[in-house]
Amino acid sequence: MSTDTHLIRGARILGGEPADVRIADGTVAEIGTGLTPDGAEVIEADGQILLPGLVDLHTHLREPGREDSETVLTGTRAAAAGGYTAVHAMANTFPVADTAGVVEQVWRLGKESGYCDVQPVGAVTIGLEGKQLAELGAMHDSAASVRVFSDDGKCVDDAVIMRRALEYVKAFDGVVAQHAQEPRLTEGAQMNEGVVSAELGLGGWPAVAEEAIIARDVLLAAHVDSRLHICHLSTAGSVEIVRWAKSKGWNVTAEVTPHHLLLTDELVRSYDPVYKVNPPLRTEADVMALREALADGTIDCVATDHAPHPHEDKDCEWGAAAMGMLGLETALSVVQHTMVDTGLLDWAGVADRMSFRPAAIGRLAGHGRPVSVGEPANLTLVDPSYRGAVDSARFASRSRNTPYQGRELPGRVTHTFLRGRATVMDGKLV
Amino acid sequence: MKRHLISAADLTRDDAVLILDTAEELARVADRTIRKLPTLRGRTVVNLFFEDSTRTRISFEAAAKRLSADVINFSAKGSSVSKGESLKDTALTLEAMGADAVVIRHHDSGAPHRLATSGWIGGSVVNAGDGTHEHPTQALLDAFTLRRRLVGGADGGVGRDLAGRRVTIVGDILHSRVARSGVHLLTTLGAEVTLVAPPTLVPIGAGRWPCEVSYDLDAVLPKSDAVMMLRVQRERMQAAFFPTEREYARRYGLDGRRMARMPDHAVVMHPGPMNRGMEITAEVADSDRCTAVEQVANGVSIRMAVLYLLLSGAESAVGTPAPTPTRSEETE
Ligand SMILES: [Zn+2]
Repeated sequence: MSTDTHLIRGARILGGEPADVRIADGTVAEIGTGLTPDGAEVIEADGQILLPGLVDLHTHLREPGREDSETVLTGTRAAAAGGYTAVHAMANTFPVADTAGVVEQVWRLGKESGYCDVQPVGAVTIGLEGKQLAELGAMHDSAASVRVFSDDGKCVDDAVIMRRALEYVKAFDGVVAQHAQEPRLTEGAQMNEGVVSAELGLGGWPAVAEEAIIARDVLLAAHVDSRLHICHLSTAGSVEIVRWAKSKGWNVTAEVTPHHLLLTDELVRSYDPVYKVNPPLRTEADVMALREALADGTIDCVATDHAPHPHEDKDCEWGAAAMGMLGLETALSVVQHTMVDTGLLDWAGVADRMSFRPAAIGRLAGHGRPVSVGEPANLTLVDPSYRGAVDSARFASRSRNTPYQGRELPGRVTHTFLRGRATVMDGKLV
Repeated sequence: MKRHLISAADLTRDDAVLILDTAEELARVADRTIRKLPTLRGRTVVNLFFEDSTRTRISFEAAAKRLSADVINFSAKGSSVSKGESLKDTALTLEAMGADAVVIRHHDSGAPHRLATSGWIGGSVVNAGDGTHEHPTQALLDAFTLRRRLVGGADGGVGRDLAGRRVTIVGDILHSRVARSGVHLLTTLGAEVTLVAPPTLVPIGAGRWPCEVSYDLDAVLPKSDAVMMLRVQRERMQAAFFPTEREYARRYGLDGRRMARMPDHAVVMHPGPMNRGMEITAEVADSDRCTAVEQVANGVSIRMAVLYLLLSGAESAVGTPAPTPTRSEETE
């Protein structure tokens, strides 16, 4: 990877007026107009948008344990290709990231990859089983400095365990990221419960199973005065609850996935498991409510829930298929398509929802910083005028389970810089 | 006809009437004691059953054999399928065997759709029941039975649909593939369908179906030309869909007293197997108004018609040169 000095010419910082940006010694060294190369490698941005490096609060890197679907190296390459400079690696690996040893292993693998920073997420409970708290303090005190804890994939459904976790992590400014899914209401659930599930005869995953947990958890967070983060919020009702909690001044944040901003349960009529995901694709009304909530800030950020699966786990009947879809390499395009091109969010808003706020929620140092002199050069250059069909054959991820294969989406990450080193140049991984 | 029969919703009114008419024609041939037609000689029909259903399997088997097709029964029990072989690998095996049609019964909703659209096989796919999704040949045989009983005439109602007939479907709608296919097909044929069940057993979203939903069986019975009683599994009680078997039977079961509220011409249907004492009493099940046995016989005719129309390439068995009845040897 190049550690040379770079001069980006004519970039629109956060969508503003074109400017030149010099990157040297891992930082943003100079911003101005008419800057001369002085030996720097020149990148003609020509009106492309310069954003702070994207930060993902919700990534499944699969290592250790499921290296057939993704590794830290392939996952971070995918992240860089998608414009990310930091990702939070979810804890549902094999073994589960519920000890200082496992989170340090993932953290070290991230360091070695060099493509983006990997911040491990620690499990809330041992083995994600919801019964006994994992050693949250030990994970925080480890080299990985874990601050985000989640049993993602499973809901911390026991109200007492959830309360204790919320209280306990206050000691080190941690946050519990809840996968909100009432387990009894979702036994055998295969898709959103509604008109389509009734016709298709697939087990329903009702909105209320998400909303009931979110309602309980915002009340718990208020009661113990702690920080709660809601993973992949997917329903209009969930938006209402979070909006209400925020109006009370409670410390609640929420994320939405790109796919929940675009896709609906109508796609399940194909019975193609590429659309099988948890929480499930919802209705058009939910999609519109989520976009609006992301625009007005009720939803704080976009998180990919990048969930790689090997081909055979999707090349089968719906009921037998794994849940989850890729996200890192298409997230920014989906956000441009659903939020920017619709006028709901400008590029400064994109920087806020995909970098500033997720970094703040994760208390991630050096990321989600303004593009200004002296800041770490974690940067993403995106060409918003690009139009092209998604082709998973070109993905850096080890897996191919994208729901956008062949779909035309706008925008393309042309360059990504991690502390001044280019990880992506001219759309190609370095 | 299309190449596959996956969902009753894929059938137009004319498709459905053609199938019923073809079945009527084929049934008449069978009545003339000519047991076998040479129509599908040399064609291979595979019965691929991932779920036990002897009744449905032997019905398809009899239908295929009466059309002189070669039949391969591939059951999940005791085969590689139960050892974790995927639907895809099984499909590729069947394709290599040269299956012209695959009749599939599967515990997952959508498995036949997947089989038909994934490019794994080239032959026709017939859905013999998938999960809690659909069971289109059951709906067709029910419509066939209804047309004979309610529209009737010497020709069994050939060329006609079920316009204006009122059909009530009672029981576990939520988990019933028979109900889903029935609603699609019966309404396509012009019937007015009412679903009756405790609210726990009506799917969220069924309000958008082209039918009425009622929780009161007694109120609906006098307005019904046919009442279709669905099997209700006793295990549903454990999941709190209803409090007790007794209460279910009392509120939603059909007994002699309730049957008396039906119009004189109205019939009682049941796809089988019956849970006597649960959704239907012995008195009703054994009465002349109950068509359960007739439905089984009609099932073979309907499945013959479906296989015939999918595999023979003929647009119609009626009106065009009919299948030539010839005697043939039993070859199995
Ligand atoms: Zn999750």
